[in-house]
Amino acid sequence: MSKITVDPVTRIEGHLKIEVVVEKGVVKDAYSSGMMFRGIELILRGRDPRDAQRYTQRICGVCPTSHSIAAALNLDSAFGLADKIPDNGRIVRNLILGAAHIADHILHFYHLAALDYVDVTKVAKYDGNDPALNSVKRFIERGELAPFVPRYEGDYRLSDKMNIEATAHYVKALEMRRKAQEMLTIFGGKMPHNMAVVPGGVTEIVTVDKIASFLWRLNELREFIDNVYIPDVLAVAEAYSDYFEIGTGCGNLLSYGLWDLEGNNPDYTKRKRLIKQGTVSMDLKVGSLDPNKIAEYVKYSWYADSSTGKHPTQGVTDPQYGKKGAYSWVKAPRYDGKVYEVGPLAGIAVTYASGEPAVKNLVDSVLSKFKASPKALFSVLGRHAARALITKYVADSMPEWLLQLKPGEPAYIDYQIPDQALGMGLTDAARGALGHWVEIKDKKIANYQCVVPSTWNMSPRDDRDQPGPVEQALIGTKIKDEKNPFEIGRIVRSFDPCLACAIHLIRPKGEIVGTFRTG
Amino acid sequence: MAKVKVQEVPVVWIQTGSCTGCSVSVLNSVSPSIKNVLIDEVVPGTHISLRFQATVMAGQGEAVLKVLEGTPKKDRDGYLLVVEGAIPTKDGGIYGTLGERDGKPLPMVVWVEELVKNAVAIVALGTCAAFGGIAAGSPNPGGYSGVDSLLKERRINKPLINVPGCPPHPDWFVGTIAAILLQGLPKPEDLDEFKRPKAFYGKLIHENCPRRAYFDEGKFARKFGEPGCLNELGCKGPVTYADCPLRLWNHGTNWCIGAGSPCIGCCEPGFPDLMAPFYQKLTDAALPAIGVEQKK
Repeated sequence: MSKITVDPVTRIEGHLKIEVVVEKGVVKDAYSSGMMFRGIELILRGRDPRDAQRYTQRICGVCPTSHSIAAALNLDSAFGLADKIPDNGRIVRNLILGAAHIADHILHFYHLAALDYVDVTKVAKYDGNDPALNSVKRFIERGELAPFVPRYEGDYRLSDKMNIEATAHYVKALEMRRKAQEMLTIFGGKMPHNMAVVPGGVTEIVTVDKIASFLWRLNELREFIDNVYIPDVLAVAEAYSDYFEIGTGCGNLLSYGLWDLEGNNPDYTKRKRLIKQGTVSMDLKVGSLDPNKIAEYVKYSWYADSSTGKHPTQGVTDPQYGKKGAYSWVKAPRYDGKVYEVGPLAGIAVTYASGEPAVKNLVDSVLSKFKASPKALFSVLGRHAARALITKYVADSMPEWLLQLKPGEPAYIDYQIPDQALGMGLTDAARGALGHWVEIKDKKIANYQCVVPSTWNMSPRDDRDQPGPVEQALIGTKIKDEKNPFEIGRIVRSFDPCLACAIHLIRPKGEIVGTFRTG
Repeated sequence: MAKVKVQEVPVVWIQTGSCTGCSVSVLNSVSPSIKNVLIDEVVPGTHISLRFQATVMAGQGEAVLKVLEGTPKKDRDGYLLVVEGAIPTKDGGIYGTLGERDGKPLPMVVWVEELVKNAVAIVALGTCAAFGGIAAGSPNPGGYSGVDSLLKERRINKPLINVPGCPPHPDWFVGTIAAILLQGLPKPEDLDEFKRPKAFYGKLIHENCPRRAYFDEGKFARKFGEPGCLNELGCKGPVTYADCPLRLWNHGTNWCIGAGSPCIGCCEPGFPDLMAPFYQKLTDAALPAIGVEQKK
């Protein structure tokens, strides 16, 4: 029996440690640990509620846009505006969030995940006249290969030609993700940390030149998605097709849905969204979304046991580093007491199982290519495919939204901050279900809570000793070469972990204990 | 093609209590592109050898920790250290750890102390690394500190350049690096009192704001979406030093005030506590305090 510790897990957001126990080449046990804690929610206490949108974006610089949307929805509901946002405001928010997803998913596949599958050093054999590839070749010839080496060695399966082509796409994708962020800023002002999304709508005004400018950038991105991104995901899937059976995970998926197609229904769990709300398991039966079923457990997290099992709005947390048996700053959120995975796979699977024709076509076309059943979606490659398909689905939906905008009409509605209020904002982020909750007293934040995607996915065991989604995805995996455990990195990265998000958590209700035990 | 000897400049980029937003912003660099920065001679004859950068590097776990540990020994002539994020110092730094040593998680603050020793200079990238930023917002639960105050507290004297912003503009970072490669470390007169390059942080947002004429005429927006100066809506442009109105963001596409949003003062030592509430109008009384005294 041996233990493999991967700390730091790189090419993710934040600080993650993964430990697996291997027996006879198979993972017997796995532990996912978040290693950084800032306490953003505690910092929010006592502040102007409107500022939450600014602070919570800074939980994560990779997915700040999702936090800005969740915060705005949360404050809209607290301020009584959930059904009053002007259509321009709702649509511009959708466009901003859509651009963020396109940028994020391209970044994830090419710049975070691809180096587990693509051997960049094969560009040394290139003898064409592509300037980008030739500059990579010169870089290799100079011999200082950081940051691409050191790396795991061995299981790179693409042909030389495909490795070279994928490297060219890695470089191209750097440009495309940048352009997606530029597209976002047409309405968002700047990235990372957009400025326009505020409670009440957006600060930017809608003009024809902005619509056109957005549309042209979008067209370029859609060409890339259709002709490069999706074909590359399929090519990697073909060469590594065993990964349709690796990293299955807990088999339960949860989606809050995203991209509001209507603004009149104040209930975010019922409102019509492009990606649908709900739960789905391997039987593909859709369950409705009930946020009251969410609770967070801390038996294995560095927080006092007294705070376990609470709904996000009711938690009390005392950080207790070094608590016996605990191994992470991440808590363990559970839905109806069960382990749920979140992410693009959940959104796609819920929408697919609901029978949405466009998504059904997209998913079925991928599955039929690999002669696979929908169960194959619950895998490393299923997650990558779902991410690519959600990127295409939203990018293809955005031109129509642009044409629905009405230049000259308001995108923002003014309001008064209430003395007392409760709010909830739900949306899927690029990494999955993201919930913000607020309690306002005397026009100030009394309590602000976020339960974020990677808290679900990277969670440690809960009070019933159920391992979290990534832990379950790792357990049972065959490790071919313990010195180069590719499988671990590939499984973990398929979830697109975002640890700064996962560990901002502290429940500001009640006093924080000032004593910390170490050791 | 004739081969010319290219000088490899080692750079170590450590992320501490960060949100990775500074890294993502640098990925948005246009000229040079991030590919130019990683692969090519970023200035003639010089290539940046990015030894450690957790967001992009291929390796993971022990192998990359060895790189991090080995750099101060291998590169005795020095390397450039980039710190992204504030550094947790409370309770021995347990709120942020990176890797293990002797079976125990190693606090980020220990890493920073070790890496600083043989660094030629340090670039504190982003407001968190420069001044503490968001993570050090009151009540600062993890005891987060910027690099400057950490070094002062530990009596370590090293050349430090602050490149604040939440996030910083990619030009501010690559421009600072290019200046070092071309002309050596900045002279004292090149930096302001907060160790920011004057080239980028020399003027107030307010001085160059395209809405300045509205301010001078007393025309103010009363709610978002209206034309006019954003002063009444809490704009911190009058107390924030940065060239955003001239440089613009994301390839010149837009910027904060351009999108109708008040500046939130993200490049200043007082961010966030002295800049918040972000939508509350600055009072004259508050002006002198901002950027002068950091709230503890």
